[in-house]
Amino acid sequence: MTSFLSVIVSIVFHGLAYAMVLYVISVGLSLTMGMLNFVNLAHGVFAMAGGYAALWIMKAQGAPFTLALGISALLVALASIVLERMLYRRLYGAGELDQTLMTIGLIFMATAAAHFAFGPLPQRVDLPPAITGHFFVAGRDFPTYRALLIVAGCVMFLVLWLGIERTLVGARIRAAVDNRSMAQCVGINTSRLFTTVFALGSGVAALGGGLGADIIAIAPGYAMEHLIYFLIVVSMGGLGSITGAFVAALILGIGDTACKILMPEVGAFFVYAAVFVVLLIRPAGLFGRTT
Amino acid sequence: MKMLRKIAFGLVGLHALLVAPASAADQVVKVGMILTLSGPSASLGENIDRGAQLYYRQHEAELPPGIKVEIIKRDDTGANPDIAKRLAQELIVRDHVQFLGGIVFTPNAAAIAPLATQSKTPFILMNASTSNLTRLSPYIARVSYTQWQTAHTLGQWAARNGFKRVFIAVSDYAAGIDSEKAFEAGFAGEGREIIGHIKMPQTTPDYVPYMQSIKDAKPDALFMFTNSGRITTAAVKGFAEAGLSQAGITLLGPGDIASDEELDNMGDAALGTTTAAIYAASDPRPENVEFVKLWKKAYGEDTVPSFMAVCGWDGMAAIFSAIKAQKGIVTGEGSMQAIKNWTNPVSPRGPIAIDPDTRDVVMDVYIDKVQKVGGKLVNVTMETVRNVRDQWKVLNPQ
Amino acid sequence: MTSIGAEQQSLARGFRLPELLPWLALCALYVFLPELLPLGTQIIVMIIFALSLDLLLGYTGIVTLGHAAYFGVGAYTSGMLAVAGWDGPFTGLVAGAIAAAVVGLVMGLVILRTKGLALLMLGMAVTLIFYELANHFPAWTGGADGLQGISIKPIFGLFEFDMYGKVGFAYAALALLACLLFMRHLVLSPFGRSLVGIRENAARMTAIGVPVQRRKLIAFSIAAGIAGVAGALSAQTNQFVGLNVLSFELSGTVLIVLVLGGAGRLYGAFLGAPIYFAAQDILAKGDPVYWLFWLGLILIVVATFARGGILGLYGSLVQRFWARRLRLKRGNP
Repeated sequence: MTSFLSVIVSIVFHGLAYAMVLYVISVGLSLTMGMLNFVNLAHGVFAMAGGYAALWIMKAQGAPFTLALGISALLVALASIVLERMLYRRLYGAGELDQTLMTIGLIFMATAAAHFAFGPLPQRVDLPPAITGHFFVAGRDFPTYRALLIVAGCVMFLVLWLGIERTLVGARIRAAVDNRSMAQCVGINTSRLFTTVFALGSGVAALGGGLGADIIAIAPGYAMEHLIYFLIVVSMGGLGSITGAFVAALILGIGDTACKILMPEVGAFFVYAAVFVVLLIRPAGLFGRTT
Repeated sequence: MKMLRKIAFGLVGLHALLVAPASAADQVVKVGMILTLSGPSASLGENIDRGAQLYYRQHEAELPPGIKVEIIKRDDTGANPDIAKRLAQELIVRDHVQFLGGIVFTPNAAAIAPLATQSKTPFILMNASTSNLTRLSPYIARVSYTQWQTAHTLGQWAARNGFKRVFIAVSDYAAGIDSEKAFEAGFAGEGREIIGHIKMPQTTPDYVPYMQSIKDAKPDALFMFTNSGRITTAAVKGFAEAGLSQAGITLLGPGDIASDEELDNMGDAALGTTTAAIYAASDPRPENVEFVKLWKKAYGEDTVPSFMAVCGWDGMAAIFSAIKAQKGIVTGEGSMQAIKNWTNPVSPRGPIAIDPDTRDVVMDVYIDKVQKVGGKLVNVTMETVRNVRDQWKVLNPQ
Repeated sequence: MTSIGAEQQSLARGFRLPELLPWLALCALYVFLPELLPLGTQIIVMIIFALSLDLLLGYTGIVTLGHAAYFGVGAYTSGMLAVAGWDGPFTGLVAGAIAAAVVGLVMGLVILRTKGLALLMLGMAVTLIFYELANHFPAWTGGADGLQGISIKPIFGLFEFDMYGKVGFAYAALALLACLLFMRHLVLSPFGRSLVGIRENAARMTAIGVPVQRRKLIAFSIAAGIAGVAGALSAQTNQFVGLNVLSFELSGTVLIVLVLGGAGRLYGAFLGAPIYFAAQDILAKGDPVYWLFWLGLILIVVATFARGGILGLYGSLVQRFWARRLRLKRGNP
């Protein structure tokens, strides 16, 4: 493999892996923000909770990786239903300022709670040995774990896409995103739908947090530190669009990785410049609906 | 008669109440510690604090009779020079501290420096590692280390041990760049070259792409500096994941990248990492064995002191020595005089001393390698470089 | 239904007695609690910063998480000028204000074309880019180690900035007075009233012929300029500038401060800043980590139940009191 091609392959591979983690975590946020019109800055809290839960289940209960992920996602989804009913519901009609404040408050509380329960250092991740290896393709070695992330991300995208585009529930969700009052007129129980979507979004985020725990470390400051990236994926992709979030994650993941490998001096500027340009040209995001 | 006796007793009692405190009065020497105790870098400040408190509890009996030390702790919440400066002002003006100590981040120390000079308060640095800090005020002394003491020494070691092509990757901020220059200065010479430089933004969560391109450049070794804590763990894991050690590349760096408390989190990814460290918890020196035992008893059997904890310990030792030297009547000039000439041959990390000309620490630097001993990851010392001074100051005389 | 203050009737053309309270408090602080003057100075800086955000958020309704960019521009401008030799106090303030206002104008031109989430994101992106720029050019800004070597000439050649913070405090208080008078005049003017209209219903304002975009841009610039004053003041009284003046944390803090006190009421900043700093001091004494927990709880409570912050609570209490009195007067139960 020529050196240049080799570099390209490397960029695409690593970029994809990082992009998929971002995607799985952020797609839930895109759905809730698009459907509920709710500025949920605390979305990262669910991903963090999923990460902590999965790692704890693995460490304390000795459960295998996939089982731990599944259980933690379920737990977080259930917890999010409680939060939605008790807290989020009250602010559905409120302005974005109040929603911003409430969710920032939630981030602070979650950060302090995580610090209290697990200490300030990032959690140690013991991936099952099956995953922590390399496999060889055309003379280059790739870490298995990252390949797994890519597969998982694409599968998640497919599942969500099929679920939203091809099922009745999905149709109802799309209707509620497009025009909530009309959907209510047609008899769709939007309130229950909101809770369902919220739980789904949070559960998927928890999955993303646990899955990506080796790339994006689980530490108390998780929700605040990575908030910007999640928001960038969502705003660039367009609220309520799972395809948009996918494409945005790809641009970010692969673009950021390309910069790291080809032009490291550009560093962090790429991500910020990218979101700047995209939002100026299309303020609703790449796949967002322009009302 | 009864009435008189009552009054007499009353007066005696009153007298005792009023006079007793004065005669048993302890003179309190106040030490203000400004540390980062919250936020992502909380563990750094916590470690320094624990080390200092441990020394205090162990050695308070050694103070001159009637002298007590009170430690006032304040949280600067991170690299916030304005907050740090205000806290220092309050400690000096409101609490009347006679010593200032601590500081994790360089900008915080730089902001406080003029205050130390104006108020003639000795300011003992227990972590901030930028070389020029001790020049900012005649009242600053440092017991921790500078990037040049570790990285430059490592560069020289690498040159002596046959490394020819080294790649450098550092976190993109002042300390990283400092460290990079230091290593280069130590490594430079005939037949040796730095084949690449990368500055990695601190917000990067994923280090594998960097590691991949470093692997492609085929160096003998990678010199890396990243902020302590989570960033270092991510970087070292990236190093392992991209398969650099299998490709024969040695990971080099200052002790910060293989800090004892983080080794466990990094897991086997850290094996083989060679660092220039100022302290290793596994050091069999008797003073250290004693220190680690005390630490575990105070803070838990499964905790390990890091180099920052030792810096806190040493800092408090310096302060105590100044108090003892002045027999409890503490003045700013007197303290600085004592500290400038202070030596501590029995520090847990080895013999250290303050250089009276620069007020910076002179110490032994250990070339350590991370190995598995008895199932646990530890830093094992391969070589000791004695009496290392801050080379930057030598190269940049005032 | 927004939480941003709805009634402007509490502010009248002429000064009312309660408006003297902050100044009495500041004087009292100077006389009776001189050890708290350094803290007082930082509170004043935050008040000015929050005032500038109030213009943007409270009055014009532009929600932004990127206001620290202009604070930082003001701080670094006056800091760098001082290092280069232009170290007069007032010139530093003015330079910081102008630089920040100009940057605000340019950025505003670009990002005010969007709204909602896009505007929020763009504002954040600007601050993050500035932060990286400052980090990347340490020769200019000192980078992560901070801008050292700032020393400010004595005010009027007489009052030197001292270790006890007395001169710094008085200087900051003067700056606060100037900013307040300016802001007060602005929000009571037709221009200021039109901003409120834009916040409530921009479409209707356009319908009656108000140049909405232009007004928003002017408001944005002015807000940036006042933030620049706060930043320059910070640089001068601390005689140091660190990267934290451009941080996301600072943007978040000033937002919290303003909303706690009450946005859109001009004096919310005066309440929010001391309360925030006091709460931090008290709650963080026990264990610094858990201050975050309590702050989070307070925010959730305020956002859910006490929209409009403390002044809003006070306002609604007053309203209820008067409504009750009116009912009783009329003989209704």
